[in-house]
Amino acid sequence: MPSISIFEVIGPNMVGPSSSHTAGAVAIALLVKKMFNEPIQKAEFILYGSFAKTYKGHGTDRALLGGILGFETYDLRIKNSFQLADECGLEYSFRVDEKETEVHPNTVEIHVTGEQGGTMSVRGVSLGGGKVKIIRINGIDVDFTGEYSTLVIRHLDYPGMVAYIATSLSERNVNIAFMRLFREQKGATAYSVVESDEEIPQELLDKLREHPKVEDVMLIQV
Amino acid sequence: MDFISGSELLKLCEENHCRISEVMRQREASEFGADPEETISRMKEAYRIMKESCHKPLDEPVASIGGLIGGEAAKVRNRRRSGKSICGSMLSKAITYSLAVLEVNASMGLIVAAPTAGSSGVLPGLLLALEEEFSLDDEQIIDGLFTASAVGYLIMRNATVAGAQAGCQAEVGAASAMAAAAAAEIMGGTPKQCMDAASSAIVNLLGLVCDPVAGLVEYPCQSRNVLGASNALVCAEMALSGVEQFIPFDQTVDTMMMVGRSIPFELRETSLGGCAATEAACRKTCEIFKTK
Repeated sequence: MPSISIFEVIGPNMVGPSSSHTAGAVAIALLVKKMFNEPIQKAEFILYGSFAKTYKGHGTDRALLGGILGFETYDLRIKNSFQLADECGLEYSFRVDEKETEVHPNTVEIHVTGEQGGTMSVRGVSLGGGKVKIIRINGIDVDFTGEYSTLVIRHLDYPGMVAYIATSLSERNVNIAFMRLFREQKGATAYSVVESDEEIPQELLDKLREHPKVEDVMLIQV
Repeated sequence: MDFISGSELLKLCEENHCRISEVMRQREASEFGADPEETISRMKEAYRIMKESCHKPLDEPVASIGGLIGGEAAKVRNRRRSGKSICGSMLSKAITYSLAVLEVNASMGLIVAAPTAGSSGVLPGLLLALEEEFSLDDEQIIDGLFTASAVGYLIMRNATVAGAQAGCQAEVGAASAMAAAAAAEIMGGTPKQCMDAASSAIVNLLGLVCDPVAGLVEYPCQSRNVLGASNALVCAEMALSGVEQFIPFDQTVDTMMMVGRSIPFELRETSLGGCAATEAACRKTCEIFKTK
């Protein structure tokens, strides 16, 4: 069990009213914005469980949109995120899915479309107290929190990938805290997730992209 | 330097001849590699936000999202100013500030979850009132916040602070225990007195249900925060007077979790029972969702 720091007790500093339904929603959407490698033109949010039932009263919709706009949990602009999204031409929509019940109570799926036409879908859950995790990317189950500097590499499941990633990191003196590979089936698309205590240099991303089996590299810098 | 129970915490205080706040700061450095100066400046920033949220609705009243609360803090402040308060200045201020923070929270303003957003009024409400009434420095209050975080950490680790899991006793109860320990340390109490204050704060609120009207963090959350702050004040006063608790803190935390498990589903943040299921609340809920 990871230990609890002072500022998980006295914190987060946040726009109200709910740490799970407001601050957690901001945090999930902000991770999506950081992971997506182009400016976001369109965001579609699908809400499940308690998010679906109570999102309006907790400002979950404004919070999610605020995260896509790049706001942190304590940014007072969250309250006006509809207006701010309209002003910068960001298209958005919210949909409630109450049919899928086998989900964590506070779950959201976010589909984003970029200005260059790229798309990504990410599912996140809000665990309470503002803590969140990402549990699915483009249909593949993953598991990370974004509390560490996180590198997400989409690649084909191919021998030597993990060694290539680990070597690229060690050449740049990046210490790996956790590393996991997630895949659906052998030889198909997989995601490697690397979490580090320190900053991950941007040029590492270019190096990783050089590998012919690497399809995309995303970085969440803490 | 780490601890996972109240008894271990008290042992560390005794061995190192220091207060709970000091042990908690040292734990942050040893367990998370945090820079001690940065830890203090982050706590100063948290207290700055807390203070702002105590004052804001007194000058600029705002409507909450659901419209169930708004303007309560100013009413209590006005009564104190008129000299008619039956609570005295200290308690009247604690009430005012706790109400105010929940008004800010419910209108999507900036607050510090302590330990949750729904219980965010307890700690700032009591500590700001103490600071003003006893002309204390911010530094003394910030020490108290470290003590509060030690108590909150133990409750999060060994039980829960989620209303959905264990009812309001886990949210406002935890916040009240944190505030009681903080107040006891700030006013010169020993580490044992701080833990006694926290222990009695939890005991007094055992069984408190979570039944938010319309599922919103508004009513009865706001007045429950006042309950948490005033409970913390009386528990700190008892502990500082030497009234001891024969059930140790760790056992009150365990029993809070067990009581939480026996609170029915309807009374754990589902809005299916308690205040939320009263006729008046159901009517209000219909009004809110019709206009949204």
